[in-house]
Amino acid sequence: MATATLDRRQALKQFRVDYANDWCPGCGDFGILGALQQALAGMGLKPHQVVLVGGIGCSGKAQYYVNCYGVHTLHGRPLPFATGIKLANPELTVIIVAGDGDGLGIGAGHFVNAGRRNVDLTYLLFNNEVYGLTQGQGAPTLQLGLQTKSLAEPNIQESVNGPSLAYASGFTWIGRGYSYDVRHLVSMITRAVRHRGLSFLDIVQPCPTYNDLHDRAWFGGAGTDSGDSRIYDVEATDYDGRIAAGADARDYRAKVAAFAQKALEWGDRIPVGLLLERQGAVSFGDRVGGRLQPYRTQPPAARVIADDSGRPTADLSAAFDESGVD
Amino acid sequence: MALITDLAWRIGGPQGSGVDTAARFFARSCAAAGLHVFGHREYYSNIMGRHSYYDVRVADHPLTCHRNQVDFMASFDAETLARHLMTVADGGWLLHSERDADVPLRRLSMLDERAAGDLAALLDERGLAHSTAGLLELAAERGVHALPVDFGSVTGALAKELGITQARADRTLNTVSVAVCCAALGLDRSHLVRALDRVFRGRKPIVELNTHAIDLAYRYAVDRFADRTFHLRLQPLSHDHSRIYVNGSEVVAMGKMAAGLAFQTYYPISPATAENTFLERHPRVANRSGGEQAVVVVQTEDEIAAITMAAGAALTGARASTATSGPGFSLMTEGLGWAGINEVPLVVTLWQRGGPSTGLPTRTEQGDLLSALYAGHGEFPRIVIASSDLTEAFTDAAQAFNYAERYQVPVIHLMDKALSSTTQTLPRFDTGALSIDRGRLYRPDGRAPEQGSFPRFAVTDDGISPRPVLGQPGGMHWVTGGEHTEDGRVTEDPVVREQQMEKRDRKLEVAAAEIGRAEKVAVYGADGAALTVVSWGSTKGAVLEAIDALAGQGIAVRLVQVRLLWPFPGPELRELLAGADARGPMVTVELNRSGQFARLLGQQTGLRPAHQIVKYNGRPLTAAELLGPLRRIAAGGAEPTTVVRNPWE
Repeated sequence: MATATLDRRQALKQFRVDYANDWCPGCGDFGILGALQQALAGMGLKPHQVVLVGGIGCSGKAQYYVNCYGVHTLHGRPLPFATGIKLANPELTVIIVAGDGDGLGIGAGHFVNAGRRNVDLTYLLFNNEVYGLTQGQGAPTLQLGLQTKSLAEPNIQESVNGPSLAYASGFTWIGRGYSYDVRHLVSMITRAVRHRGLSFLDIVQPCPTYNDLHDRAWFGGAGTDSGDSRIYDVEATDYDGRIAAGADARDYRAKVAAFAQKALEWGDRIPVGLLLERQGAVSFGDRVGGRLQPYRTQPPAARVIADDSGRPTADLSAAFDESGVD
Repeated sequence: MALITDLAWRIGGPQGSGVDTAARFFARSCAAAGLHVFGHREYYSNIMGRHSYYDVRVADHPLTCHRNQVDFMASFDAETLARHLMTVADGGWLLHSERDADVPLRRLSMLDERAAGDLAALLDERGLAHSTAGLLELAAERGVHALPVDFGSVTGALAKELGITQARADRTLNTVSVAVCCAALGLDRSHLVRALDRVFRGRKPIVELNTHAIDLAYRYAVDRFADRTFHLRLQPLSHDHSRIYVNGSEVVAMGKMAAGLAFQTYYPISPATAENTFLERHPRVANRSGGEQAVVVVQTEDEIAAITMAAGAALTGARASTATSGPGFSLMTEGLGWAGINEVPLVVTLWQRGGPSTGLPTRTEQGDLLSALYAGHGEFPRIVIASSDLTEAFTDAAQAFNYAERYQVPVIHLMDKALSSTTQTLPRFDTGALSIDRGRLYRPDGRAPEQGSFPRFAVTDDGISPRPVLGQPGGMHWVTGGEHTEDGRVTEDPVVREQQMEKRDRKLEVAAAEIGRAEKVAVYGADGAALTVVSWGSTKGAVLEAIDALAGQGIAVRLVQVRLLWPFPGPELRELLAGADARGPMVTVELNRSGQFARLLGQQTGLRPAHQIVKYNGRPLTAAELLGPLRRIAAGGAEPTTVVRNPWE
């Protein structure tokens, strides 16, 4: 028992860095960061096998606080970067850490189209409903009519529902976690990473600096009749979001209808846990490998392109023959 | 009877009617006869119905450009007659369908108003009817020989002989028109039969049907035109059967395949698409030592995803690239800057087309030179190269990866629509002559530590830092679009900022010093000539032919062709041009309005060309278009800027 704890501690230590962290005190990001490090350690991964791909914003800095490969990309673009990384080197565990504005605002086009591909990636969406780093403007997840403290007027735009958009786009694993329930979040991140396909984990979190409406107390139940936490584990109810491979159309429709209800549930009751899993969906990489056998043995990152003398290994005779003049 | 040593043939018709296939068939037939072929295609941004045409120039020597004065034209419709009759050479030949012989111009709804108006004015001058009949008469006055063909009678005979429907027989119309042309040109039908197999990729029933159509067309031509004396004859040459017939898009794709391209991304856009779809059709590349490797091609949601996805792949050590055109390149700007600050070896093939905005999607222009040089906010090193012909495009496409990896920079390879739709018979490319330079890849030996980060952006004397790839044990680091420390963490420290800016910049100084002179500039023509042309990109072919023609007229011209556009080969050009200037005027030739290259040359060397020849109507240059301007410049007293205009392209 003592040894196991020690190993776990060692494993966790591998993913820690001792750089200063510049998030605001009490930021929900800390919970996510801790959960992420624990999940990575728990899966027995080595730091060099992991690539964290960050967007722009406070959330995108998460990769600086984890000891592994970190790719800090452009605002809204972590998904295509991550797609290129994963397809070129399928052995890597590639995880996106990005905010709601990054993923569902400026990056919405990539979000939708990544769904169409189902590349084996994990998307951790840091959802605090505001653009923190630019001083609190409304993010795409902020509901119509809400006025967080930086807004001059109540929000004039409707919000987008992340889990619903993820489903409509084709994400094959959709879940939600809460940044201050670290133990639950560790398990959700672990499951999302283990899913062979594109997974979307909507992580709701307070922004103590700019979101004065949905703070820790609000999530904890302040303002509800019962005073109970708004967060509840949907998997502790009779809800089951798993759609078995080969489910018939009727079962599929029923599951999706139930999912739609859960995806839209918000306010007094906020479900966390697995919302939807399409089991058996083939990932993009597997589709490529299915068509192109050499991709499986020598993916792009592993290709040998020159011999010892620096000459190309490629033989283009076939292409030349095809273009030949008789 | 005159043997033709250089024939310009053109075929035109509505898009989707088989103009392309017919041209390929004609070109391949001539190639099969051992002749040298140079093809050029013009088309609208349209799926079917709008006018397209294809020039195939055939000669007993290698060619470098098309001609706008055609010797022989085949027409599929009345609109082609209207658009191109003016360009058939005096005494040239015109094959057309009998039913197009008298069509009112007002019925040609796709004919641009400007062109219709110009034609009407020409016809009015001679008191001729506003119809194809009027135009044919106008052409006849110039000695153009018309060969009206009753295509229906040929395909009707085919239907009858083979017992097939008329509709099926009509599908050989392209073959019939080409075959009648070839019969008139005295080309043995055996060459056509061999070409058919290639054009229809060995699909036996189609090949048989079309072979039959060739026979009937030849018989028809002999009967129908028995009374005509064809003073044209294409003479077959003995030839090297290992030659290939390729276009610019295919050639760039092949160059990339040879260089070990493993990951290509794209968003569909003319005229870049053809390169991408060629790669999609060739996802397996054979190894010389056996087995094969994969080229992964991903069609993305936009060009932002295309460049960032390729950059992601490049970070893993894969050779990665994307191919686009002007509008897509505009979207790629942010990704380009990211690749610049993160020193990602990434190749962007930029197929220029007429801009700005949507511009002329299917026409050519050299309008993106400055965009390629300056795209992106802030400052970061990049390398920009421009290919001038298909052979160079092959080696450049491969070499681009070497530059990218050696100097750890994005490389922009400038191509254009003219090159993408240039088809040519060429010797096979020698992949064995290429070399692969992967640059300073970091390869740790022994057991690499898991803890601690690697100085990916180490400040070195030459600015180039050892490069570990994602996933490599012991190479852990960060990359970021923010300014960063040596291990890739965001910093705003003023000193580190300066160090990193200077380090990145040094790479380009090193590149400028290391890259060989032959890869920077190429010099053609007479040394010590009184006139020096400076050009870049696809205009070279026309300039070379013009130089040859002018040499025959006693005017010696030298061409300085710039291949490396950035880092700009200023010292080399100063050396070449400062002397030349003393001997006579310098003239730049480029396909844009403002003279982008001329401006760049001035900025970088202080040398200003005395003359500029520019063209910006979206069509490539021909040698003939350069002769007049260059003669005037050589004689002295020409205007500083000559705009090449041609209303009949």
